[in-house]
Amino acid sequence: MIGASLGAAAYERASEISAILAVANPVDDRRLARLSSRPDVVLALSGIGISFGGVKALSDVDLEVEVGEIRAVIGPNGAGKSSLINIISGLYHADRGRIAIDGQSFSQVPASRLARLGVARTFQNLALFGGLSVRNNIACGRVHTRRASFVEHIAGLPRARSEDAGIAEKTDQIVAFLHLESVADRLVATLPYGLQKRVELARALVAEPKLLLLDEPMAGMTATEKAEMAGFVRAARDRHGVTIILIEHDIGVVMGLSDRVAVLDYGRKIADGTPAEVRADPAVIRAYIGTAEGENGEDIR
Amino acid sequence: MSYYDFLFVIEVLVGGLLSGVMYSLVAIGFVLIYKTSGVLNFAQGSMVLFAALTFVSLVERGIPFALSLLITFAVMVALGFTIERTVLRPLVNRSPMTLFMATLGLSYIIEGAAQLIWGTQVHGLDLGIDDTPFEVGGILISSFDLLAAAIAAAMVAGLSAFFYWTRIGLAFRAVADDQFAALAVGLRLPRIWGTVWTAAGFVALVAGLLWGARLGVQFSLSLIVLKALPVLVLGGFDPILGAIVGGLIIGASEKLAEVYLGPFVGGGIEGWFAYALALVVLLVRPSGLFGQKTVERV
Amino acid sequence: MAVQALDGTRVPIDWQRLAMPAVLIVVGYGLIPAYASSYLVEAILLPFLALSLAAVGLNLLTGYCGQLSLGSSAFMAVGAFAAYNFNLRIDGLPLPATMILAGISAAGIGVVFGLPSLRLRGFYLAVSTLAAQFFVQWALTKFGWFSNYNPSGVISAPHLIVAGFPLDGATGRYLLSVTTVIVLTAVVWRLVNSATGRNFIAVRDNETAARVIGVPVLRTKLLAFAISSFIIGVAGVLWAFTYLRTVEPAGFNLDRSFQILFIIIIGGLASMRGAFLGAAFIVVFPLLLSRIGAFAFGDLFDSGVLDMSQRIVLGALIIIFLIAEPSGLSALFDRLKRRIG
Repeated sequence: MIGASLGAAAYERASEISAILAVANPVDDRRLARLSSRPDVVLALSGIGISFGGVKALSDVDLEVEVGEIRAVIGPNGAGKSSLINIISGLYHADRGRIAIDGQSFSQVPASRLARLGVARTFQNLALFGGLSVRNNIACGRVHTRRASFVEHIAGLPRARSEDAGIAEKTDQIVAFLHLESVADRLVATLPYGLQKRVELARALVAEPKLLLLDEPMAGMTATEKAEMAGFVRAARDRHGVTIILIEHDIGVVMGLSDRVAVLDYGRKIADGTPAEVRADPAVIRAYIGTAEGENGEDIR
Repeated sequence: MSYYDFLFVIEVLVGGLLSGVMYSLVAIGFVLIYKTSGVLNFAQGSMVLFAALTFVSLVERGIPFALSLLITFAVMVALGFTIERTVLRPLVNRSPMTLFMATLGLSYIIEGAAQLIWGTQVHGLDLGIDDTPFEVGGILISSFDLLAAAIAAAMVAGLSAFFYWTRIGLAFRAVADDQFAALAVGLRLPRIWGTVWTAAGFVALVAGLLWGARLGVQFSLSLIVLKALPVLVLGGFDPILGAIVGGLIIGASEKLAEVYLGPFVGGGIEGWFAYALALVVLLVRPSGLFGQKTVERV
Repeated sequence: MAVQALDGTRVPIDWQRLAMPAVLIVVGYGLIPAYASSYLVEAILLPFLALSLAAVGLNLLTGYCGQLSLGSSAFMAVGAFAAYNFNLRIDGLPLPATMILAGISAAGIGVVFGLPSLRLRGFYLAVSTLAAQFFVQWALTKFGWFSNYNPSGVISAPHLIVAGFPLDGATGRYLLSVTTVIVLTAVVWRLVNSATGRNFIAVRDNETAARVIGVPVLRTKLLAFAISSFIIGVAGVLWAFTYLRTVEPAGFNLDRSFQILFIIIIGGLASMRGAFLGAAFIVVFPLLLSRIGAFAFGDLFDSGVLDMSQRIVLGALIIIFLIAEPSGLSALFDRLKRRIG
């Protein structure tokens, strides 16, 4: 019944990879099938729900992301934005719902295959490899393309060398693209915060993903750094054609940068549309004013 | 299985449970420190040795029992605060692995110092407890083990009461829950850590007396840390309950295994059986039987 | 002049970097065999070489890959007893082949006890490696087959011959040892500077991020256990065959495992040079301490006192290094070099 509408091969592949633990819901699956069969949809979520210790972090969230767009997900603190990105990247397992990445459908995205599925991500709190140089951190972003074994590396056999050379070239391109030349050989742990954020972006971009998940890439940055980072994000889309999901707190940046915006509040999607539509949505205004009173105030306008 | 076989199993089981209590006694010291500072204190075993050795040496020098106990306790308090000041405070915010290795170094210092000060000979320790087994319904039970169990139970009750009803106990729990939040509301971490190391020192003292009376006070006392580790892992690091139940399970199954499995493999399996058991449990439940499952924050 | 570096870029040859290994080779193969006293070789160099190699192995696992192991001496024991048995039971097996097979045996056991690392982290993993420590020691004592039914479980080194050259004398054993250490250290050095080595570091520094970018985390950890145990196993062979000549399972106890861990803490985690500096320190330090102690306290400083004060100083040093210089002697060495040069 599930396989009927979903491509049988795709379904088989999905079930082979991840045991189907989530409750199968025919409605979700039909929705998902309709969306993920469209070639211009890179990512489709349907009916995603997850709870932690009885608290619902997300319930019944749908989201579809088209090729080449910058898709923002915003919402007050605790709205479930990070949970969403963690579900897409397979670090959390949704209690229900399905995720289709580039036509392949999953109930649980296998995190270890994420890179090969064409998805790269950055983390809200930096997740760099502190003991490696900037260049080596970035080079790690292409580790999923490596085939040579450790023996080939130790012996310096041709395949290992050519892999190294190819990755070094790609790394150099990204280093230049993100203006990291002057720090490329420094230990990443010794860089200031803003630059570390940029190295993380570089490590994600060097994988040449179809889909890039950015979890608050500008958190904690100064206004100048934010503008710079926004420029890099836009350039990454324009030049490399990568599709981007962007989670961000700074509403001003989001509205200027993204093509479409989804708004989460208390784990539900309350609005979805162009920045102008979302800005005018009464539910969004209510959600934000509601938190603005309680918290440090995030202005939607 | 005949009636006598059944009685034998029960007897082995009871003996195992009682010796499990002795393991728990050491494990509780771990849990206290782990709960409040996230440090797996490998030096707990050497603290047991240090306490027992200090006490027995004082008694041997003619100091009355009660006074020796008091002095030893004072020494343990001083030791606890010294450790907090010289080891933990400089290492605050470092990785758990670093802290663990530091306590490994600490255990070397304490063991070395204890034996340098008090000598390396074996001391007998007589607590005046009669150790003739008595019979209940056809089962032999060691009265010493029973008393040890009673003392352990009293200590757990006391510690639980302390945690739940006193102000400083509340502070302990706050720190265990969230160090940053505890700092933010103005709890003084150094004092709390100093206190908790003192409490662990007290537990070490009790464990040292009971184990010392059983095995003699000697270097090998510090090795009971190796018995307590699997208990801890089995029970999950967090709750005191885990340490107790973990100790009981390990004590009982170790004895049963020694009797029923040992003959097939040539005996002497008590050195690793507890570890194997703990590993099997861990593979099924990575956070132990009672440990909280934590959601990884990313 | 330039050479092709690992990552494909052309870099100029750094003569200063080559000077150090050249000096070491001249000293290691020229001066020491020619001039060193047999006391220096037997009491200092042989244990130093075996412990250095074990530390290189442990450093790979703990320093580079971040997996804490308290069972190193169990893997040394596996190596030693495997080499003994391969040599005993396969006629005419060349010594290098014996050593490789012993390393592979240790690697196999290492992988078995490394399997829990796929689910467990930190202390829990340490407990698993402790299980290895106790289990291996028990099995070697309990089953007489491993020691060819020697009543006390003792094994003795066989006649050491490589390619027709007898190596049973102090100098011969030294040459065997130093060559083994150099070859394996070179291999490990290549490894840690390769993509595989960077995977180790990625898993250590951020396992979640490593998994997401496609580092095969499980395979990487098992590989670290396997290679590390292989190296430590061969170190065990050196320990048994070139240094002590007769060993029993009890010699590979928990204290030995701690000693190897202390070597890499004092020498410097994730530093090749650190393993050697740390091992040199651990071997020389008790000798120095006994001289100083005897000089300062005379007869009061007997072997018991020496043993205890050694424990205290060692423990204190561990803590001091962890607090003040987490990168160990290796970092101190660098700083000293900068100040001089």
